[in-house]
Amino acid sequence: MASMRHRLETIAEPAIELIIRLCGISSIVFVFGIFFFVFREGASFFFGGLDLVEFLTSPEWFPSSVSNKRYGVLALIAGTFSVTILAMIIAVPFGIGAAIYVSEFCSPKLKETFKIVIELLAAIPSVVWGFIGLTIMNELIIDIFNAPIGLTVLNGGLILALMSVPIIVSIGEDALKAVPDSFREAAVALGATRWQLVYRALLPAAKNGLLAASLLGVARAVGETMAVLMATGHAVNMPGSPLDSVRTLTATIAAELGEAPLGSDHYQVLFIIGVLLFSINFIVNLTADLIVKGVRDE
Amino acid sequence: MTEVTNQANLFTETKLGRNKRMTEFIAGTVFLIMALMMIVPLLMIVGYLFYKAAPILSIDFIFSNPIRGMREGGIWSPFLGTIYLVVISLLVSTPIGVLAAVYLNEYARESWFTRIINLAVVNLAGVPSIVHALFGLGAFVLFAGIGRSILAASLTLAIMTLPVIIASTREALKAVPFAFREACWNVGATRWQTIRGIVLPNSFSGILTGLILQVSRAAGETAPIMFTGAVFYKAIPEGDVFAYSILDQCMALSMHLYTISTQVPNVPDALPYGTAVVLLATVLLVNTTAIVLRVYMRSRKKW
Repeated sequence: MASMRHRLETIAEPAIELIIRLCGISSIVFVFGIFFFVFREGASFFFGGLDLVEFLTSPEWFPSSVSNKRYGVLALIAGTFSVTILAMIIAVPFGIGAAIYVSEFCSPKLKETFKIVIELLAAIPSVVWGFIGLTIMNELIIDIFNAPIGLTVLNGGLILALMSVPIIVSIGEDALKAVPDSFREAAVALGATRWQLVYRALLPAAKNGLLAASLLGVARAVGETMAVLMATGHAVNMPGSPLDSVRTLTATIAAELGEAPLGSDHYQVLFIIGVLLFSINFIVNLTADLIVKGVRDE
Repeated sequence: MTEVTNQANLFTETKLGRNKRMTEFIAGTVFLIMALMMIVPLLMIVGYLFYKAAPILSIDFIFSNPIRGMREGGIWSPFLGTIYLVVISLLVSTPIGVLAAVYLNEYARESWFTRIINLAVVNLAGVPSIVHALFGLGAFVLFAGIGRSILAASLTLAIMTLPVIIASTREALKAVPFAFREACWNVGATRWQTIRGIVLPNSFSGILTGLILQVSRAAGETAPIMFTGAVFYKAIPEGDVFAYSILDQCMALSMHLYTISTQVPNVPDALPYGTAVVLLATVLLVNTTAIVLRVYMRSRKKW
C-alpha cells in the first residue's frame, strides 16, 4: 500500500512540476499570442494595400465612404494624446502630492483609510466613469463654459485623470517607501522640516520611481476605452481647444468593429490600430520597467 | 538685566523658526488638499448617482427582465450574464495564475528568463482592454471556432485578469517566511509537498483576497466582451439561474449600461442610473469584502 502511494507520487510530482512550469511561461505565450492573433487579422491589408505613410500622417478617416475611402489615423492619435496629456497635467501633480501626503505627512491610521479609499477608487468600472462623463460632467461643462456640447477633451481628460490618479498614488507611494529611512533620519538630524525633507531629500531620491508611476498612469490613460468612448463626443477632429470633441484610437475600434464587414479593409485596419496600441503600451511599459530596475541597481 | 532678556529670548520664536513652521504648515495643508481632491469629488459623484437612481431601485429591478426595447423593466438578464462571465473566467484564470505565481516564487531562479517572464506579466497587465477584445475575436471566436459565446468572452476576460492574479498571488506567497519551507524540507518533504502542505495553506487568505478583487474587475469590464460574446438584448426566463448555456451569447451589466445610455433613444433617466448604481454597488461590495477579509486575516497572523 505504502509502496503504491510512493510510486504514485514519484510519477505525480514531475507531472505537477511540468504543469507549474507551463503555467509559469503562460504570460509569455499570451503576450506573443495577443500580438500574433491581432496582427494576423489585419496582416493581408497591412502588406497589401495600406499606405503606411498616409495611415500615420493623414487626419482623414473615412473608412465607410463609398467613393473616397481614407484610412488616416493622425486625428485619432491626436485625440488620444490630447486627452491623455490633459489627464496627466491634472493627475500627475495631484497623484504625487497625494502620495507624498499619504507616505510622509499623515498618521498611520489615516494612511490605512486613504489607501482603502484609493483601492476602491481604482475599482470603479470604466463604463461607470463613462456614464458619469456622459451625464454629470457633460451638464457641468455646458453650464460652466456655456459650451454647446460637454462631451469634449476636457470631459475625457478629467475622467481619465480621476481614473489614473489611484495607480499614480499607489506606485508613487511605493517609490517613496523604497527610500531608505536613513535618508529621513539624516535630514531630520540636520534640523530639516518635513517639507525640506520631502523637497530636498525624498523627491530627488525617489524621482525615478515617481517617473515610472506617471508613465504607468499614461499607459492606463492611452489604453482606456469605454470612458473616452462615452465622454469625448466621438467626432474625428484635430483638437484645437479643450472644448473640442475628439475621438481616440481605442474608441474608434470599439465603435466601428461591430459594423465593419468581416475581413474587409475597414475591419483589418481596426486590427492594425490594435497593433499600434499594443506597441505603444509595450514601449511605455518597457521604459517604466527599465527606469524602476535602474533604481534597484543603484 | 541683560542675562534675563537673553534667557527669555531662548524661548521666544526666532524669525527663521517661524518661517520654518509656516512652510511646514502650508506644505502639509497643500498635500492634504491634493489628497482630498481625489476623494471628495468621487463621494459627491457616487452620492449623486444613488440620488438619481433611488426611485427605481428595488428587489424587482434586479429580478425582472428589461422590456419594451429596454426602456422599462429591470436588469435580470444582464445581471445573470455578468455572473456567468465572472465565474467562468475566474475558473479558467485562477489555476493558471496561481500556478504561474508558484513557479515564479518557488521554482524560478534569478535569470534573464525569469526577467522576461516578469516583463511579460507587466506587459500583459497593461494591454489595453480593447486590444484584448481584438485578440478574443481573432483567437477564440474566429480561429478556434468557438463563435461569439459566453465561453469566448470568459476566456478573453480570463487572460485579462491573469497578470493581476499572478502578481497578487506572488505577494501572498512571498509573505510566507522562508523558514517554514526550510523546516518542511528538513523533514524530507519534496518541493511540491512543501508547496501543497505548507506554502499554499499559509498564503490562502492572501491569494483569496487577490481573487476577490478580480471578481469586481471582470464584472466591470465592457470592451473585452463587446465583440466576443455580449449582446445588446437577450430575454431569459426570470428567476432561472441556469438560463444561459456556455455557448449562448449573453447580456452583461456593463454592456447594458453602455447600451441604454448611448444606443437606445428615449430611455427614462432613472434606468441607466439604476443600472450604474447596481454595477457600482456590486463592485464596491465585493472589494470591501476583500478588504475586510484582509484586515481580519492580518490581525490573526501568527508570525
